[in-house]
Amino acid sequence: MELLCPAGNLASLKSALQAGADAVYLGLKDDTNARSFAGLNFTPAKLQEAAELTHQRGKKIFLTLNTFPKPNEEHRWYQAIDLAAKIGVDALIVADLSLLDYAHRQYPHIPLHLSVQASATNLGALSFYKESFNVSRVVLPRVLSMKQVRDLAKVSPVDLEVFAFGSLCIMAEGRCHLSSYVTGQSPNTGGSCSPAKHVRWQEQGQDRLTRLNEVLIDKSGLDEQMGYPVVCKGRYLTQEDDKPQYLLESPTSLNTLSLLPELAKAGIVSLKIEGRQRSPAYVEQVTKVWRQAIDTYLNHPDKFQTQVHWEQALAKVSEGQITTLGAYERNWQ
Amino acid sequence: MKISLGPLLYCWEKQQVIDFYQQVANSQIPLVYLGEAVCSRRRELKWGDYLELAQILKSAGKDVVLSTLALIEAPSEYTELKRQVDNGEFMIEANDMAAVYLAKEHKLPFVCGASINNYNRASLDILQRLGMQRFVMPVELSKTWLSQVVDNKPSFEVEVLGHGYLPLAHSARCFTARHSQLAKDSCETVCRQYSKGLLAQTQEAQPLLRLNGIQTQSASCVDLRSEINEMIKIGVDVFRVSPSSLACIAKADALVEGLNSGAMDTQHPLSDEHCNGYWFGEAGLASIA
Repeated sequence: MELLCPAGNLASLKSALQAGADAVYLGLKDDTNARSFAGLNFTPAKLQEAAELTHQRGKKIFLTLNTFPKPNEEHRWYQAIDLAAKIGVDALIVADLSLLDYAHRQYPHIPLHLSVQASATNLGALSFYKESFNVSRVVLPRVLSMKQVRDLAKVSPVDLEVFAFGSLCIMAEGRCHLSSYVTGQSPNTGGSCSPAKHVRWQEQGQDRLTRLNEVLIDKSGLDEQMGYPVVCKGRYLTQEDDKPQYLLESPTSLNTLSLLPELAKAGIVSLKIEGRQRSPAYVEQVTKVWRQAIDTYLNHPDKFQTQVHWEQALAKVSEGQITTLGAYERNWQ
Repeated sequence: MKISLGPLLYCWEKQQVIDFYQQVANSQIPLVYLGEAVCSRRRELKWGDYLELAQILKSAGKDVVLSTLALIEAPSEYTELKRQVDNGEFMIEANDMAAVYLAKEHKLPFVCGASINNYNRASLDILQRLGMQRFVMPVELSKTWLSQVVDNKPSFEVEVLGHGYLPLAHSARCFTARHSQLAKDSCETVCRQYSKGLLAQTQEAQPLLRLNGIQTQSASCVDLRSEINEMIKIGVDVFRVSPSSLACIAKADALVEGLNSGAMDTQHPLSDEHCNGYWFGEAGLASIA
């Protein structure tokens, strides 16, 4: 079972490798990936350096190209694939049909992983991508219950990767327009959810107002721990409510540590840690805990129990310091 | 340019749905999509009921397309989808790649719905080679985007959601059941209580979202009726009205009449409840005058 960790820059990449990642994933410094934030990601030269560092340690490096090429700008995405091939990355993480087609035809030797942004949640979709582009692995969206993951793994024609830890998207990824409805930019079109330039915090008496493109997403106490503002984790009112509620989801993070044995038994090949936008310290902390957990499980599969200090360490770096099993747990749905 | 009526995205009582489609049958709307596209737990109408309605509409001279689920998770949902694709008579609207796969396997033509990611011409051409006859533009894309994509006239048709609430996202979680403190597995189909979804407002009373079971919609209704002539120029083949009430049938009918008479009324000033931002490349909720 592979531990796949995020790298927003070289420092994070080194932290991940040092702390025990089997593989790292990263993006270029532009909107060819869905974490296009200022100060983040890799220039071609840095990507080259990252690949060398990773390969020296005998680990794998995957390039994330999970946005959708824009009309008349497609060449930038194709060039990114060419660059990845030249540098020799170990896999491409792709969502768009035309990019899958291009990579499959031009570089059939590079493994293709279907990005979560392609939102493939069932046997038909997995079969489509396998048969059309020889995709070897699919990253499952965070919308399936553990039972559904198990059922799908039994019949899947491709390897499966799941999100193990990090920020929790509660919508079928790649098909969520909440961010663009409010700001005009979505992960698919602009390369990020809730672009930072649209976020504004405002103090008003004892309250902190969180605005996204001037729309009031939440109102909280000045001392309250808040996550990064996204539409799906705001507090709103319906006509039936007296006070504002988290109608979609509260600021929580996904943590599947307790599901590790079940995911392993289901045959999941890779556990993904979310957070290319997070600090090297986050990457180090989370990678360390998951390395220990996976090793502990593999040494004694029948005796696995999550450790209190693992959970505490993960809670510290979690959004709102609260974690959930998300859709893996049927009751959450 | 043709006017279409999109699938009813809300959960209405069976008789209301039958009455609705009876009126549609009597309307001039030439193209009708129907079927459950949101949640497999909604069982007011079964697949057989939809087929019966499809027959009624076909007899009334309509082109009928059967819409399928946007989010397919359980094996049972995939099995049901196979049955729908293989119905032997009606074209389907694929709202997940699974439906594209099945249509391709059966060598059947299909419409590609707005919830499948299509952001460039090369991807659309791949789908066209697999059997796509028509494509519904993802709701977040714009007039400029579309003009660039269809600049070289494609051999598939283009449809734009021109009037109705925008489907913005789908989740495993049922927000309507959750709001009523019900578990999804024993939801009592509580979404029946909200014929246009459950409106969610910000703490400044700005309408923002519409909770429709596992689907999240826009609070505002998109209205691109004043852009119809522009759409015709660009090469849009179908203008979709997504229904939320019986009144939508009359609205769609008025558009059909306008097109037929060649005197389309394009004066539709936007009210506070309407939006058109996506079409102009802005935030979806914006109203551009």
